[in-house]
Parts: sequence; structure tokens; C-alpha cells
Amino acid sequence: MALFSIPHVRIAGMAASVPKPREHNADYNWISKKERDSLIKNIGVEFRRVAPKGVTTADLCVIAAEKLLNELEWDRKEVELLVFVSQSRDYLVPTTACIIQDRLGLPHSCIAYDVGLGCSGYVYGLSMVGSMMQSGAIKKALLMVGDISTLTTSYRDKSTYPLFGDAGTVTALEYSPEAKPFVFNLQTDGSGYQAIMIRDGGARHKMTRQSFDMKKISKGIIRSRLNVELDGIEVFNFSLREVVPNIKALLKSTERSLDDIDFLVFHQANLLINNTIRKMLKLDPAKVPYSIKEYGNTSGASVPLTMVSQLREQLMAGKVKLLLSAFGVGLSWGSVLLETDGIVCPEVIEFNK
Amino acid sequence: MTIEEFIIHIEEEFDDLKPGLLKPENKFRGMFEWSSINALILIAMVKTEYDVTLSADDLIRSVTVQNLYDIVKSRVQE
Repeated sequence: MALFSIPHVRIAGMAASVPKPREHNADYNWISKKERDSLIKNIGVEFRRVAPKGVTTADLCVIAAEKLLNELEWDRKEVELLVFVSQSRDYLVPTTACIIQDRLGLPHSCIAYDVGLGCSGYVYGLSMVGSMMQSGAIKKALLMVGDISTLTTSYRDKSTYPLFGDAGTVTALEYSPEAKPFVFNLQTDGSGYQAIMIRDGGARHKMTRQSFDMKKISKGIIRSRLNVELDGIEVFNFSLREVVPNIKALLKSTERSLDDIDFLVFHQANLLINNTIRKMLKLDPAKVPYSIKEYGNTSGASVPLTMVSQLREQLMAGKVKLLLSAFGVGLSWGSVLLETDGIVCPEVIEFNK
Repeated sequence: MTIEEFIIHIEEEFDDLKPGLLKPENKFRGMFEWSSINALILIAMVKTEYDVTLSADDLIRSVTVQNLYDIVKSRVQE
């Protein structure tokens, strides 16, 4: 099991940005009113932010980073690592992180690369940035995690359209010899790669005219091979099978219990999954913040967006012991135990093009 | 576990079901407007109450409440 710890790194600040346009699932006319009510109640998504045409994940992350860098009063020339975790990159080629390095005015000494992970992206991103920083060679870094998932959902697919929302986040990390270690447990099961996927447009199945054909898959589900598809039951059972043992192994390795943790922040998959996991772990609801009602499932951004939108006051005020757990597309999942100590955290930014 | 208890758990999860009316021989998909969300609710209940995982195939194979109960019961005892 990939259990490991990373010392000497602290979170200095976090920011999140969402598009201003908001859709209400009560208005989602593709399904009946009864289904809409059930969706809002059980899946938990009432509102979703939808990026206007032309706005990319990079735009949301850059807006968030501009705000955060100004509030942190960091010298941009000192930022020497930028990792952009997203499945909605600006171009197939080149790497989006390179473009962002220039847009933000980061120095040429900055390492910049993209990582193509989704739901699990924040936890994985922290491990990558932390690993590169722990020796002290890099003092300041930015981790950007986000997705414009609405770009690839089909309006006539009730299993995806009302679920996903758009968001971009940035986390500023700095080298700090006194920082408590981040402890990770990261896992993968690629046998489930078809549970959440876009079939065409990559190297395996290049885009053809047929890629655009809208096909009826089942009742309420019409989509093309360029739309994201989601096998609800597979994802549901995967989440209920893997997340709890992953967290328990992490706690055991650190000789800590759930009582030692102030907040557990989960990937906002859907309310039913998250509530079931919460019950399986017998967690006090007050320790488990949710952002799914307001923002939907925001892919990799969901953990940091939940932190910024729901825990901002606590994160700014003082020490907070956190367990973050993210799981999904890949299949890829992981959790991390970490402690923050008074971070800079502006309110969620609404991006209006 | 008993089927009576299993039925009570199902009735608790679905607002559309009036308590005491669901019978083992009933087709669970016919009790109300069946949807994929209902499938997830059922799977979540079975996982939480019995620590048993139901697959999509299990749900397709099951017609009555009794069918479903039999699958869950066989796995609880494993």
C-alpha cells in the first residue's frame, strides 16, 4: 500500500473560483419534476456553476491564484513549482501549466507540468508538490486543481448533466522545517477505467464524424462518444468498497483515530455516497462539511472548494487537523492527514467573463 | 436477519412506500416509479445495514423483494 509521509511542507493559503452563471436543478427539464425532486434530495445537487463558452479551468485557476498571491504578498519570482491537475486542459498540446506560468509572471526557473487526474486530483497533487518540496530546494509552489466538467456532459444524460459543476482552485505551499508531516495513502485500480470515461478524442480512439452521433443508451440517457459517461452503480460500489478501508489504514499507520481529527473533507461525489461513507465511519455530521448542494460534483476541485467555501473561518483562525479523502475516475483514490495553522483564504471568487 | 426486518428497512428509505404494505412477493420495481436513484438508495441501505454489496446484475436478476432478500441473506452468512 502506498502509505508515506512528507515532512517540512505547509499550506500557506488556498483560494477557489467558480463561474458566476448558476443553474438550478429544479429547472432541469429533461427529467420529470418528481425525478428532479428526488435528485436534489438524494444526490444532493441543487445548484451548479456552469462556465460560459470559452472560459477554461486555467482561467478559473489563474483568477484564484492572482487573488491568493496578492493576499499572501508572495514575490512571484520565488514560486518555482506549478502543478496543474485537471482533465479539461486548454489544449491537447502544449501543457497548460506552461501557459499559466507565463500568465502569472512566474520565473523561468519554475517547474510546471500538468497531471491528468480527476476526482482524486487534490490529494494526489498535494503528494506530488510536497514530494518535490520536502528537501527545501523549492521554497514556494502552487497546486492548481479544477475542471470544467460541464464542457463534456450531455444535457440529455440524466446521469451526468445534473451532477457536475465547474470550479478551479489554487493552493499555495511553502517549505517549512517546523511543519507537521502530511501522511498519505494513495491507491489505484485501473480495471475500473470504464466506470467514468470519455471514449473518443484521445489517442486510443481518435475523433471521427461518428464520435458526434447522439445515441440512446437507456431511458433518460442520450449521449455521444465525446460526452462523459458515468456508470452510477459501479462508482457507487467502488466508493463504498474502497474509501473506508483506505482511511482506516491511514489512521492505523499513524496511530490516530477519527476523534483526533477536526474535519474530514470528502470528494463531493454525490450525497448518497458521501452520507453512506459517513455512516460507515460513524462520523459526527458536524465534522463532515459538504459543498455539493451549492456547487455539485466539481471533480478534483471538490475537496479544496469544500474547504474554502465551508471551513474558511476555521482555516484562517488557527490549527485545524484535517483528513482529506478523494476518489473516483481512474479508478484512483487516496487520503491524506494534515494540519493547517492559520492560512490565507479569500472567499470563493465568482468569475464573470 | 429476517425478511420482515428487511422490508422495514426498505420502507424507511422510500417516502412513496406506505409502511406495512410491501410484501415479499411484490415486484420491488413495480412499487413506485423506479429510477436509477432508487437503485442507489437500495444499494446504500443494504451496504449500511448488512455490509453487503449489491451489483447492477443483482438488481437486474431480482424481480421480487424475496429475490433481493435471498441475495443479501446469502452474503451476510458468508
